[in-house]
Amino acid sequence: MLSVADLTVWFGQEPDRVTAVHGATFDLAQGESFGLVGESGSGKSTILRAIAGLIPGWSGRITVDGRDQRADRRDRAFFRTVQMVFQDPYASLHPRHSVDAVLAETLRLQGMDRIDQRIVKLLDDVGLGRGFRFRYPHQLSGGQRQRVAIARALAAEPRLLLLDEPTSALDVSVQAEILNLLADLRDEHGLTYLMVSHDLSVIAHMCDRLAVMQRGRIVEILPAANLRAGQGAQPYTTHLIEASAGYRPEARP
Amino acid sequence: MTEPLLSVRDLRVTFPTRQGEFQAVRGIDFDLGRERLGVVGESGSGKSMTGRAILGLVRPPGRVEAARMELEGQSILNLPDRQMRAIRGGRISMVMQDPKFSLNPVMTVGQQIIEAYRLHARAPRAAARDKALQMLEAVQIRDPERVMDSYPHQVSGGMGQRIMIAMMLAPDPQILIADEPTSALDVSVRTEVLHIMDRLVRDRGMGLIFISHDLNLVAQFCDRVLIMYAGRVVETLPARDLHRAQHPYTRGLLNSLPRLDAPVARLPVLERQDSWKEN
Amino acid sequence: MSAVSRPPESRRDWLLSDAPQTRRQARLGAIYQGWLTFRANKLAMVGLIVLVLLIGMAILAPWISPQSPYAQNLADRLQPPSAAHWLGTDALGRDILSRLIHGSRITLFIVGTVALIAPIIGLLIGTVAGFAGGWVDQVLMRVTDIFLAFPKLILALAFVAALGPSIGNAVLALALTAWPPYARLARAETLTIRNADFIAAARLQGAGRFRLLIRHIWPLCLSSLIVRVALDMAGIILSAAGLGFLGLGAQPPLPEWGAMISDGRGYILDFWWVAAMPGIAIFLVSMAFNLLGDGLRDVLDPKGDKS
Repeated sequence: MLSVADLTVWFGQEPDRVTAVHGATFDLAQGESFGLVGESGSGKSTILRAIAGLIPGWSGRITVDGRDQRADRRDRAFFRTVQMVFQDPYASLHPRHSVDAVLAETLRLQGMDRIDQRIVKLLDDVGLGRGFRFRYPHQLSGGQRQRVAIARALAAEPRLLLLDEPTSALDVSVQAEILNLLADLRDEHGLTYLMVSHDLSVIAHMCDRLAVMQRGRIVEILPAANLRAGQGAQPYTTHLIEASAGYRPEARP
Repeated sequence: MTEPLLSVRDLRVTFPTRQGEFQAVRGIDFDLGRERLGVVGESGSGKSMTGRAILGLVRPPGRVEAARMELEGQSILNLPDRQMRAIRGGRISMVMQDPKFSLNPVMTVGQQIIEAYRLHARAPRAAARDKALQMLEAVQIRDPERVMDSYPHQVSGGMGQRIMIAMMLAPDPQILIADEPTSALDVSVRTEVLHIMDRLVRDRGMGLIFISHDLNLVAQFCDRVLIMYAGRVVETLPARDLHRAQHPYTRGLLNSLPRLDAPVARLPVLERQDSWKEN
Repeated sequence: MSAVSRPPESRRDWLLSDAPQTRRQARLGAIYQGWLTFRANKLAMVGLIVLVLLIGMAILAPWISPQSPYAQNLADRLQPPSAAHWLGTDALGRDILSRLIHGSRITLFIVGTVALIAPIIGLLIGTVAGFAGGWVDQVLMRVTDIFLAFPKLILALAFVAALGPSIGNAVLALALTAWPPYARLARAETLTIRNADFIAAARLQGAGRFRLLIRHIWPLCLSSLIVRVALDMAGIILSAAGLGFLGLGAQPPLPEWGAMISDGRGYILDFWWVAAMPGIAIFLVSMAFNLLGDGLRDVLDPKGDKS
């Protein structure tokens, strides 16, 4: 479904060019759910944005559904295959567009027909219902906003969803709802997920395999089962697992 | 616990809105001794507002009312600004979530710590400088001389939070209120910052109010936990017993967390009940 | 939509509903919310009332003015305020009240036209510069800087001097000198908006540059521009009056307020009302716009939104 080979991503122009990702390589099979974990600045979100075509400066190879992507632009077919859900639902919805306006515009851009029915269907799919159709973002809670963002991503009927920390801005109980929703949608629509998170337990819950990143490089790729068992081949992975297990009081003399 | 450091009874914080009054905190009681008290809840539960109310940082038109709010027997409820400033920073300090927003970007780290210290201690400059260096060492900053002369944008997030702690602890306060002090930090840095906070609080016999949304962290770090929901305390229990909590809200929160060691197909979802809002 | 199908509720509840059922209800509800916020600002309401009165006065001018603004009566020249002439008469015996009432049309014409042209030029230049970046941004902003480098009134004077004195040219000159601050403002807003996630999301739906600019960026820039325009309005009125005063705006016998002050300045010590009355009118309207702008800021400023 998605193949990334030797991906290097940078920001800015030559003398002060900053390279955020160094030679990342991984593949996603159709229907798979793959995680990227790492601490802040490890380049995990940058990879997502480069795949989505939001960052122009990259080299290497990005192949979606068998088609190589060019660095500077993406075509209509790409947008119908790949969609993205952003981290902060407070920043990813236009403050002056109602839910209806957001979804209608998206559907129109994607060249869909029967827009009215589709909007209602999308809202039902993400568990909001039609009562939410004419609300503005400020009338929605964080979890509801994220559901709208997911509905927007689903509007194009994509097959690959890029999930950029979709629950890190939400309360834990809302996080559970959104994670369940994402799992259900994946089953129903046969979606492939590429999910970024700093939370190992969220990735372990959602993904089949994951890549651990540190300072722009992929340290190792391992099955989620190994992560649960605390078996990382690399010391950094083990360190990360230990640190996220929570706080341990230090030994006191 | 003989006499509590801080004693709060029936604390209420009210904001007028167009639809009438909104109570962010609706009558909470607690005592703080020389211990680490965790305050846990989701956004909107009133946990941060509680911290702000104690420090007198609720801005009008917000209103703070309480039957009692005493620091070592002395009432600190709605004190005049001048007296409150002396207490804030001097006897009660606060560490905020993100050091990026709490440090002044155009002053060096050293200047800020010295300034904060001299505001309360009236020490000569040289003594204040020594104190600042000593504090930076206490938060395990290896090269304090160099850090003193650097600007906030030149230090990392974890380092920034350590500097904040150093600054807040310099005047030797009795109580430290930490509002999500590690949420903006990576897990590996988080542990270090918590270790430092733990050691300082213990060695100086301070009271710590640790406000967080992270149940597991609070369970491991604190002595006692208040669980807040919709402006009320729904449950108070020793931190080590958190996983045996009784209240359905606490249980629901705990269950809704995905866990590395116990995989589930579906996460249990918290069903909120209106009855939790009453007592 | 019949009244039966809806449960009984007041119109206010319907407007303030958190779960609007139709597009129309949502839109009206949003407007009503804004109106409530605006109404809470007492001073802004005063400003609004003054401006509504001014507009009413301009529309009804021929019917409510006691005399013709041009009717000269040299026998009655320089009369103090009295029952016959409430605000007195000027050097040619014309009724000042009538001239003020007719002059409100000119003032509104100037203000309205400048308020329409300047922000639109500014919005176009600013958002295009901010959104395109690179050399487009450089060129557009340097042009803006050149305009900003001259004092506004001096530049307007130069324009009018080149185009010839008339009310139309005065408006044009004011509009052409008023846009650079709007361009700056719109560019700054655009720079913060263009990297927002909702722009990235729209891009991922295949939205083109024009759509992003018009549908997504303009609505967000517009609100701060409107506030800014309302606050600048006083300055525009004063500049227009200044041009009139210097004889480069409206030409006699047009009852333009600035020109009226200019006419009265020869007698200001002995016959104060000739210059003072239009001065008070300018002052009142300028202040009304300022108050209105303050109220609009409460309503429109996105930073004030509860989110």
